[in-house]
Amino acid sequence: MRRTALSALLSHWRRHPLQLVSLLLGLALATALWSGVQAINAEARASYDRAAQVLGQDRLEQLVPSDGQRFSQDVYVTLRRAGWIVSPVVEGRWFRAGHSVQVYGIDPFTAPQGTLPGAVQAGGGIVDFITPPGQAYAAPQTVADLAGQEGLPPLIAAEGMVPGILFTDIGIAQDLLRAPGRISRLLLAQGQPANRPPLAQIAPGLEPRAPQEQADVAQLTGSFHLNLTAFGFLSFAVGLFIVHSAIGLAFEQRRPMFRTLRALGLPLRTLVGLLAAEVMILALIAGLVGIALGYVIAAALLPDVAATLRGLYGATLSGGLSLRPSWWLGGLAIALAGAGVAAAQSLWRLWRLPLLAPAQPRAWARASARGLLRQGGLAAVLAGVAVLAGVFGQGIVAGFVLLGAMLISAALALPGALAVVLAGAERISRGVLAQWFWADTRQQLPGLSLALMALLLALSANIGVGTMVSSFRMTFTEWLDQRLPSELYVTARTEEEAARLRDWLTPRSDAILPIWKVEGPVLGQPAEIYGVADHRTYADNWPMLRAEPDVWQTLARGEGAIVNEQLWRRERLSLGDPVPLPGGVERPLVGVYSDYGNPRGQVIVGLADLVAQFPDLDRRRFAIRTDPAKVPELRAALVADFGLPQDSMIDQVTVKQISLMVFERTFAVTAALNVLTMGVAGLAMFTSLLTLSTMRLPQLAPVWALGLTRGRLARLELGRAMMLAALTMVLAIPVGLLLAWVLLAVVNVAAFGWRLPMHVFPGDWLWLGALALAAAGLAAAWPAWRLARIQPTELLKVFADER
Amino acid sequence: MNARALCTLILGLLLPLPALAQGFAGLGQTADGYALPERGQALEFPRDHGAHPAFRIEWWYLTANLTGPDGQDYGVQWTLFRNALAPGDPGTGWAAATAWMGNAGLTTPRAHYSAMRLGRGGIGQAGVTTTPFAAWIDDWQMHSRAAAGDDPLSVLDLTASGTDFAYALTLTAEGPLVLHGDAGFSVKSASGQASNYYSQPFYRVTGTLTLPDGPVQVTGQAWLDREWSSQPLASDQDGWDWVSLHLDSGAKLMGYRLRGGGGDYAVGTWIAPDGTATPLAPGVLGMTPTRLSRVAGREIPTVWRLTLPRQGLDITVTALQEAAWMDTLIPYWEGPVRVSGSHAGRGYLEMTGYE
Repeated sequence: MRRTALSALLSHWRRHPLQLVSLLLGLALATALWSGVQAINAEARASYDRAAQVLGQDRLEQLVPSDGQRFSQDVYVTLRRAGWIVSPVVEGRWFRAGHSVQVYGIDPFTAPQGTLPGAVQAGGGIVDFITPPGQAYAAPQTVADLAGQEGLPPLIAAEGMVPGILFTDIGIAQDLLRAPGRISRLLLAQGQPANRPPLAQIAPGLEPRAPQEQADVAQLTGSFHLNLTAFGFLSFAVGLFIVHSAIGLAFEQRRPMFRTLRALGLPLRTLVGLLAAEVMILALIAGLVGIALGYVIAAALLPDVAATLRGLYGATLSGGLSLRPSWWLGGLAIALAGAGVAAAQSLWRLWRLPLLAPAQPRAWARASARGLLRQGGLAAVLAGVAVLAGVFGQGIVAGFVLLGAMLISAALALPGALAVVLAGAERISRGVLAQWFWADTRQQLPGLSLALMALLLALSANIGVGTMVSSFRMTFTEWLDQRLPSELYVTARTEEEAARLRDWLTPRSDAILPIWKVEGPVLGQPAEIYGVADHRTYADNWPMLRAEPDVWQTLARGEGAIVNEQLWRRERLSLGDPVPLPGGVERPLVGVYSDYGNPRGQVIVGLADLVAQFPDLDRRRFAIRTDPAKVPELRAALVADFGLPQDSMIDQVTVKQISLMVFERTFAVTAALNVLTMGVAGLAMFTSLLTLSTMRLPQLAPVWALGLTRGRLARLELGRAMMLAALTMVLAIPVGLLLAWVLLAVVNVAAFGWRLPMHVFPGDWLWLGALALAAAGLAAAWPAWRLARIQPTELLKVFADER
Repeated sequence: MNARALCTLILGLLLPLPALAQGFAGLGQTADGYALPERGQALEFPRDHGAHPAFRIEWWYLTANLTGPDGQDYGVQWTLFRNALAPGDPGTGWAAATAWMGNAGLTTPRAHYSAMRLGRGGIGQAGVTTTPFAAWIDDWQMHSRAAAGDDPLSVLDLTASGTDFAYALTLTAEGPLVLHGDAGFSVKSASGQASNYYSQPFYRVTGTLTLPDGPVQVTGQAWLDREWSSQPLASDQDGWDWVSLHLDSGAKLMGYRLRGGGGDYAVGTWIAPDGTATPLAPGVLGMTPTRLSRVAGREIPTVWRLTLPRQGLDITVTALQEAAWMDTLIPYWEGPVRVSGSHAGRGYLEMTGYE
């Protein structure tokens, strides 16, 4: 009996292959988007974990300078000779011609066991490693990235190393980082001899730091990954709409079969069980396909995500994508759960169905006014949640709660809003046909509402994200122009060369502005501290968000500090608050400037002030003001007359190009997810229309019998779909703008620390509207075409059949 | 001291370094670019107390037999090895091609403690200076407190520490330096490999041991070995047993047996109480293990019979602590011994190459 019943149930799919395809495709797409994003996140997380393990930082205590500055290696020798078992590390970023890499200089003689990558231990000769030019070990992809770069030691590719870093001998690294005799920190071996003199006595500038489970970069990038997750989830939710409508359709169409099976004696429990099993089997198949697709999506998006993370946070991901069991099991689980959620309603209705209920599909006539009212009520509640999250919430989680509640609320409110609009249109329309058109559209609304809700979500996400990205691009470009006023940026190779360079440039340029900085902890987080020269370039160009009058003069006098927006927001500073600099000195806050694209805090003080605090700072970088037309000439002279290598300078145009490239990549992923979401919504629309078209014959047959041709009916069907899409688009605009506002003013602030002004781009909406109409038209085309070509006998049957 | 053992040792200890193996693999075969010891070249002090960078390997190796206030025996070992990583000028700073390794051991009748340190020359973490004489790695040091004009090695302060032990000793020489072999030219195999080798075996020691149970005041005797070479043993020699003995008569005996190759090669030096050294030609000194003990999973001879017919010597050398295992990356056995038989006394035994 069971087998017979099952084969009867499954025969439905044989007869409706398109339905089967749309169900499987919907679920597979939803799973693919979700698990693709998860795969990217998992890959990033694994990279961060490995980064945290570099040099055993996750399990070894360290001695770090309290002011964050590199210190003399004599401190290291002093500690060793006092019995402290420490190993020196010098680290820093090496830049050359747009390439950069994190350099770790280590001492293989004293490095605690297990801190060096296996390849470094098993590599070539020690002499080649420690004597110039030395050797540098790096992941194969990093070696490939850096191929042909001059100034690096010979590179050795080592499998299994964290990408984006170089391991080299400390002496070699000191030369690379231009930090002779300086080290960054000390690794403290486990098991120290007893009776060591206390740290405060022999190395007062150092303080112990506990092992760090998490790399800094994992914290920095947390918001970014949450962002991705949110988009993945949105796509999944949209995909579920398809699954829901496909499953609903299959249930409705099989009602006569259910009745027959029940009448033949199949227990209800067995029937529901069989149907649940059927859904789960389909979900399993779709889930597997979805995971495979998700892998493809992740592999395609990973390079862009990796580029973003590198550009924005300096975090490097390994290029390959690995298939983690936790990931694909999770993907299957979410496919099953999604299918379960989508089928729950249908199964529940079947459970409660009276044995001999009329087998006639009722065209999903669930949409009583009461249903709409209930949905409207839920929408209002969610809108309330959104408002509460917006007013009282803090941080990125509140931002996403606001976002989610707002979007779902808007989606739930959509059928009600459309019903009101359609009722209004019906009232003011003239003529029987027009009135029938509006009334019939309203009648169809319940069946289409899920697809329209999906469309609304996709459209408003598109408007919202598009507005955010465009606003960001506009602001960022303007800001770059202000922020990079100098025409040429040069870095000397040595301090001595820097001094000569300054003398040489003085008669040949309008101004030479030192770009000197130190890095160190500010308010408990790593930050950069720049010194600014007393020059009107800054007063004229620097974009300030808040500032006391005479802010630049105050800085020049060494009586204040300005901070970037990120630091200001994170620490909730106000003008006049003390800003503690590394080493203990404080300066009152006299201004705040915007600093997009920088995840870290930044402080600017007067140049003389900075030099007085940190006399050992790197003094080799300068910005040069000159006539832009003279830049090529000046560059040539710098190379030919002064002898500065070409790659020691970079002009304003190139810096801007690099910055914009990072920016474009940052949003490439968002854009890709956006397009995919639109695709899913289009598919949802198509399935729903297909569903309706098969069930609507009883409603269309009388109209046909009254004299409307099949072609006319088909055109009306097509027009109806496009009209509904257009209405949805109109409603999506305010929702999208609200979404953009939440992204710019709430999520971005929480995720990146900066707030962007919002710009609107109505031209983009027109495009999107056209796209939505095209999607609806395409989705309606096939059902309409079928209607136009339907056999009149099919329509006649409606009257003949005993129903 | 046996250089093969040393090589194995250093090789093992430095394994975390980038393939030091290749740097040392050729040690037994060739001395490309390194200086070689020459017969007839007189040693000169204090110059030769310092480092000889032209040679590949060198050590300052001190062993002490000590006694606590309750008559308890203790042994202490302090070693600093210098290893040139490349021939020629080692250079300066981090690029200096010299590896230094320190080993420290402390043996009691109940326990054995050991520690190891590594560092490179050129930045001040480890090294040897002659005026004033000092040899150090990290906080471990051996530095001279001799009066001006005296031999710098005649009075030394010595310290070392590990996670669970430390010691601080003062050593005072009560006899002359002793040159081994032919005026310090010591042949290591029948085929002629040689080293420069001298000792100061006449130290009187006072000082403090710091043990987990607390400090112990000790007195006793110590023996300093100085040796440097570039090609110290034949390629087919694979193990080494070495003794330095303080006999109650005031005489001292240094002997070693190189195992493998075409047969064992046992030589040594008989040192009269006044410091007069008599080299022992191959075949004169008899060294026979008489009992094997299970130590760290291998069979190690911990009781030996030594014979020297001309001196009327027929003694049994017994380890004070069988488990005197230097638990470093490539471990070896080194510990204090008691001497009984025709002569009484005490000393140190080192054994390597027992796999």
